[in-house]
Amino acid sequence: MSAAAPALDRRGLLRAGGWLALAFTLRGAAPAAAQDGKPRLPGSLAANRDLDAWIRIGADGSVTLLTGKVELGQGILTALAQLCADELDVDLARLRIVSGDTALSPNEGVTAGSFSMSNGGTAVRLAAAEVRSILLDMAAERLGVPRGRLTVSDGTVTDPDTGRTTTYWELLGDRRIEREATAAVPPKPAAERRLIGRPVPRLDLPAKLAGEPGAFLHDLRPEGMVHGRVVRPPSYGASLVEVDAGPALALPGVLKVVRDGSFLAVIAEGEWTAIKAAEVLSAAARWEERDTLPTDAGAHDWLLAAPARVIPIKDDKRPDGAAAGRRFEATYRRPYQMHASVGPSVALGEMGADGKLTVHTHSQSVFETAAAIAGMLGQPPESVRCVHVAGSGCYGHNGADDAAADAALLARALPGRPVRVQWSREDEHAWEPYGAAMVIKVAAELDDRGDVRDWTYDLWSTPHGTRPGGKPGNLLPARHLASPHAVPEPQNGGPPNYAADRNAIAAYAFPGQRVATHFVTDMPVRVSSHRGLGAYANVFAIECFMDELAVAAGSDPLEYRLRQMKDERARAVMVRAAERFGWSAYDRQPGRGRGIAYARYKNVAAYCAVCVEAEVERGSGAIRVTRAVVAADAGEAVNPDGLANQLEGGLIQSLSWSLMEGVRFDRRRILSRDWADYPILTFSEVPPVEVAIVDRPGQPFLGAGEASQGPTAAALANAVFDACGARVRDLPLERGRVVQALES
Amino acid sequence: MAVDLTVNGATRAVRSPGDVPLLYVLRDELGLTGAKYGCGSGHCGSCTVLLDGLAVRACVIPVDAVGGREVTTLEGLRATDGGPHALHGAFLAEQAGQCAYCIPGMIMTAAGLLGENPAPGDRDIRLALDGNLCRCGSHNRILRAVRRAAAEMAT
Repeated sequence: MSAAAPALDRRGLLRAGGWLALAFTLRGAAPAAAQDGKPRLPGSLAANRDLDAWIRIGADGSVTLLTGKVELGQGILTALAQLCADELDVDLARLRIVSGDTALSPNEGVTAGSFSMSNGGTAVRLAAAEVRSILLDMAAERLGVPRGRLTVSDGTVTDPDTGRTTTYWELLGDRRIEREATAAVPPKPAAERRLIGRPVPRLDLPAKLAGEPGAFLHDLRPEGMVHGRVVRPPSYGASLVEVDAGPALALPGVLKVVRDGSFLAVIAEGEWTAIKAAEVLSAAARWEERDTLPTDAGAHDWLLAAPARVIPIKDDKRPDGAAAGRRFEATYRRPYQMHASVGPSVALGEMGADGKLTVHTHSQSVFETAAAIAGMLGQPPESVRCVHVAGSGCYGHNGADDAAADAALLARALPGRPVRVQWSREDEHAWEPYGAAMVIKVAAELDDRGDVRDWTYDLWSTPHGTRPGGKPGNLLPARHLASPHAVPEPQNGGPPNYAADRNAIAAYAFPGQRVATHFVTDMPVRVSSHRGLGAYANVFAIECFMDELAVAAGSDPLEYRLRQMKDERARAVMVRAAERFGWSAYDRQPGRGRGIAYARYKNVAAYCAVCVEAEVERGSGAIRVTRAVVAADAGEAVNPDGLANQLEGGLIQSLSWSLMEGVRFDRRRILSRDWADYPILTFSEVPPVEVAIVDRPGQPFLGAGEASQGPTAAALANAVFDACGARVRDLPLERGRVVQALES
Repeated sequence: MAVDLTVNGATRAVRSPGDVPLLYVLRDELGLTGAKYGCGSGHCGSCTVLLDGLAVRACVIPVDAVGGREVTTLEGLRATDGGPHALHGAFLAEQAGQCAYCIPGMIMTAAGLLGENPAPGDRDIRLALDGNLCRCGSHNRILRAVRRAAAEMAT
């Protein structure tokens, strides 16, 4: 970047023409809240106020968008590029994107929580609109005409009356816009938009679909690259007693065996050599193992018995003291579930002669992972740079950051050579942090009509967030070193987003509602952010229980929800999903039924309703999902096709979780170590999915990447009940559980 | 011992030992990274390539078992007239993919299917792709892309 370029500062601009003072007086920013004496700016602008942290224009006509958000497959870079190119009035093709590079990008924290559009998108849009405005002022000055007359096309500013033109890059030359954003320039009106709101094809897909080198981190092959493999312990509680490195070192092509406590690894010239050497090293290692796990079957009993911090998150007492009505209660459970990326994690580390480390990673938290790695290595934070390159997706905290830490350790052991660390399938299955198991007990008391009067909801969960967060102890290899970094005390997220208790507060208009989180900080099984965090199980429980109550009230499940929901946008997505599904005219057949469920993700992001049709074979308990509809309101849709892809993908991923996924483990070891032990949904099981988007032009962006998982799980279980009368409250909805529910 | 491999129409002398799986020879020795590592046990389909036109898992085939058969990778996939294969355009047209890591394997598996059966039904496509895993949930778009390619190839 043009760090040495002359700055376009305020004084210089004033000298150049004095337009800036005018511009300032014309734009009266309405500060939302004071922060350090400055108005708080929206979204990611709050922490990255400089406009040139976001957009740079080169004298060569290049336009660079810098973002701290990273591409996970959600299409975020395309959506951000649409916002930038549209508001700035340049062609998409002119845009270069720098994403997730700790040395260059604005620090936007973690790419997670469905925040990328609401925080990152808002920032890019406002920054681009403001940069365009500044450049238009400069152009008006340069051309000596009123600004209002000017038009812009792909960075070329034209005065239609005289035909005179200039360009953004002429106006700036080698200078940068050294100004803080005010967020006071409004985005374009809808009628003038060229890209926002349109299904622009993903910018990154052509290279990925063509197999171009460099499209994925897995495929980078820098000059001099060597291959590292880590020999992981056989179980969480294992420690390395002794190892004979001799046989591995004797293999041709093996460069180094690295041992630091129970961290054991090998580096070799060729990848296959590294794989074979790791096998030889593993055979020569003796581990001492301990029983540390509750077993998968015993996990929920363990959770209920473990020491827990009780956190009341809602306590609304019913105003009237009327006598108690009919009371219902139920318990729902979710197992540990995997991210299970199709491509195991990978990273590429290189330690320079100056002690500066660069790690290419598919981490979702490059900034905080870089800090955690620096802490692990005992290096200054500024000496570690993380650069995001796309990896295999899953939408959550998988092994990416741990592989980055592995690569850092091996790069330090072999300075000057890029060291690539590729996890095996078994590494990923056995060592990634899982989505936490949960138990939910919910009770309701109904009025004479059958509506909820009192709602009591208790959830038990271990943490859902152990992302690096700058702390070495959250990196897997750091725990295995001779001087190990301890696992930090985990925290639950608070309002409004929450974590274990995400979506635990029901959004219906219940007169009385009490919700409490029983937060268990002990983590015998490694856990972290699985797509949607606690929302998946909480929405499952709330929306299944609503279905049970609707049945008890003798009401249609859709109508039952609508009459207790006051939020019009919520009602609109439920109605839209039901209409597209054909809810009111549904032709129920023996063994075939339909279910509906709704949630607004985090109670603050996208509104989403799902309808599922399922067939159940009574004898075997086999479930076949025959079709599904998802309707969502994500505010203004920047890329409707990308939004649809996220909603549908989330629905299918949730069907997989909900039909068949649960991590198996005994007292000592994880037993789900490959795809045979942990199957996921395949093509023969995937139903057709219809997506309906309720677009709200002009409304704020509402994150949608995690909107459909919770509603899908509940709609599925409700459809199974509708089809055969089996109320299955334990995820996943395995055949045996359906049969058991039918028999009870 | 060097083995000669025919890859994407060219003969390549390969230095890797014969027991090295084809996948590592393609990716690490020949620099063809279209085929991806996913599991190393033939379970996920990410590494799919064509061997004499049939879709196979490159992660479980030792390179010395390939013999004189023609290996085609994503990089070398072409229509019979040598032009771009319809699957490339169809996957882009359907925006079939999210992270897209599995897509090269999907395209190669579909290419194998269309080579054997130019007019596959929905069930044929699902069966052919059933051993290819996708975690992002792009299945329906992938199915549409294969149907689109089949329709284009039929015209």
